[in-house]
Parts: sequence; C-alpha cells; structure tokens
Amino acid sequence: MPDEGKLTRDMERDRQWSAWMAAAQTGDSQAYDRLLRGCLPFIAQVAYGQRVPADRVDDVVQDVLMTVHRARHTYDPARPFTAWLRVIAQRRAIDVLRRSGRQNSREVHAPLVFEMYADPGAQTAGGWEKSGVSAEIGKAIAGLSPGQREAVERLTLQGQSLDEAAKATGRSKGALKVNLHRALNALRGQLGNRE
Amino acid sequence: MAVPEAISHESLIGALAAGLKPVKPLRSFALQAAVWLGAVAVMAGGLALFADLPAVAARLLAAPDMWLAATGSALTAALGAIAAFQLSLPDRKPWWALLPLPGLVLWLSASGLGCLRSVAEMGVYEEIFAESRACLVFILAMSIPLSAALIVLLRRGYSLHPNLMGLMAGIAAAGASVMLLNFVHPHDPSVIGIAVHGTGIALVAAFNRLTGGRGY
Repeated sequence: MPDEGKLTRDMERDRQWSAWMAAAQTGDSQAYDRLLRGCLPFIAQVAYGQRVPADRVDDVVQDVLMTVHRARHTYDPARPFTAWLRVIAQRRAIDVLRRSGRQNSREVHAPLVFEMYADPGAQTAGGWEKSGVSAEIGKAIAGLSPGQREAVERLTLQGQSLDEAAKATGRSKGALKVNLHRALNALRGQLGNRE
Repeated sequence: MAVPEAISHESLIGALAAGLKPVKPLRSFALQAAVWLGAVAVMAGGLALFADLPAVAARLLAAPDMWLAATGSALTAALGAIAAFQLSLPDRKPWWALLPLPGLVLWLSASGLGCLRSVAEMGVYEEIFAESRACLVFILAMSIPLSAALIVLLRRGYSLHPNLMGLMAGIAAAGASVMLLNFVHPHDPSVIGIAVHGTGIALVAAFNRLTGGRGY
C-alpha cells in the first residue's frame, strides 16, 4: 500500500518546484536559488538509482544543474517539474557512466604503482659519471680503473649478486670481490681526503 | 599541468542564480511541427499550381507502389518532424526516434516494389538515369530550405539526444522532398529517391555526429 503521506509530500514538493521554476523563467533569482538547492538531494538520489559510483555523483549533480540552467526555457509549468528533472538527471547519469567507462578503459588509477615506476630519464646504471645528483661521487667513480668501476656499478649501484655480476662480466667472483674492495678503499680515500 | 580546482555545488548554484536572466518559454512542440509542416504544405501548393495535377494523379494511381511510396514519404516527413521536435526537448525519451518508422517502412518497401517493377519494365532505367541530374537538383533545392527551416525551429529547444534529433530532421526533410518531387517528376522516383535520400540522411546524420548535434 503506497504511503499516502509521502505521496502528498511529493506532490506538494512538485508544486513548489514548478512554481519556483516558473518564477525563475521570469528572472526571479531567489526562487531559482531555492529550487536548485532543493533539487540537489533528488538529483543525487536519481544518480545513485542509475548506479553511478559515489565518487561520480557530484559530477552528475553539476551536469544536471548546468543542463537545467541551459534548458530552463523548455520547461512547461503546466507539466510536473519532478518528472522533467528526473529524465534529465537519468540522462546525465548515463552520460557520466559512459564517460567514466571510457576513462577507465584507457586510464588506470594506481598512485602506488606510479610512485614506484622507474623514471626512464633518470641516469642510474652506468651513468654515474653524467649524473648531476652526486657529481662528487660520480667523479670519484669515473676516476677508478675500468675493473674497479665495473665492480662498483654492478655490485653496489645496480645491486647485482656476485653470481649475476660474474656471469655478466665473465670474471670470477673472487676477482670481483677484490676489485670492489679496492674500489671502495680508493673511493673512501678520495672522498675522505676532500672532506 | 595544474589540476583545476573542483567547483562546489554552492558556488555553482550561486553563479547560476546570480547571472539569471528571464527566458521566453518555448512554444509547444506540436505548434512548431505544425509550422514546419505548414511550410511544406505551402511549397506543395506552390508546386501544384504549376503541375499537371491530372497527370500526376494518373501516374500515382497507375501502380499501388506509386501512391504507397508517396503516402509513405509524406507520413515519414510528418512523423519525422514530430519526432525531431519531441527530441528537441530535454525530458523526452530517445524512443521518439522510432516514431517515423511506420512511414519509413512503407516508403522504402513501396519504393523497393517500384524498383522491381522498373526491372520488369525494360527501358525505364535509361529514362531515370537521363533525368537523374534534374531530380538531384530539385531534391537538393527542396531539402535545403526545408532543412534550414527545421534547424531554425529546432535550435530553440535543448536536446539531450542531438544526434537522434538531427537524424529525425534529416529523415523529415528527405520525406518531404520526395513527396514534393511527385508533383514534378514524370515517373517513378523510387530508385533515385532511395539513392539520393539515403545519401542525404547519411550526410545529415554524419554532420550531426561530427558536430555533436550542435549544428542544430
């Protein structure tokens, strides 16, 4: 059994909205302001009814407000305002759903992945000589012998294991260890002397 | 690039209400459709003044597909115009686009019958192709003012389905042009009507698709 009280309230609200819209058509900005504010919960309710995600409901509300403003001359005060508004809100909800569907198919919202994504422009492996971040260290590494520099870059900067570095360079693990040890001593000496 | 700050509902409502201007309520869609169909009727009347009406009537009644196609095109024009004006209002459902379907089905199926009849009557194609240029010029000459008048009237509304509305306008103008062509065309316009108006409808629809219906 329909709630008669709610029905009466809805009808009264519709009469009030129709009157405000008719006044707005004549340029009554106060009536228009009241009408738009009064419509906000109704528009949001329609948007939720169309299964618009919560974070997009505000987009629907504002699209509907803009549409009501641009189409206000097409409203016939003899017809129910609520039905007029509902169709517009449903249509704008569909538009927002389509728009967000298109965005979702092309874009991914993953801020953590974004933060962890390596900058292809960054100079890391093999590029210490050119790096402006630590010019002093870069200069010191560039001054090492080729074997020592390779050991530092692979084992320290690139984080390779001894096995990986040995396989990549064709040297024994022992040779790499010795080169790294000497390189670190040399760097310690150079950087320490500068201090 | 800086992300624009979201506008709150309060600010938006304040801005909309502050700049509010009085608007002239839109006239009834039925009245507007009647105005356009009245213009088509005036053009038909003008053509009737110069046409050999007994010959036109005899030609249309010579075969069922002829008068059925003429009726279908007239019905398409009327229903297409009503659908276009309905769709120019924001609170109308897109189902209005189905309104001209009965007229369109009648028009195209009768025209199809006309094509079959033309194939049976050898020699008709030669005549049709010989006159195709004149027919094309007539159809364009009729379609342009009819479409322009529709555009002027439809621009007063605010459609949420501009592509459909444009398609309906194209269908209405096409139907009206073919209907008017009956007054001056010496024989069955079905083949040319289908080809030229199919292209016309596609062009109008493509135009609306490209412009998002803002051409209206």
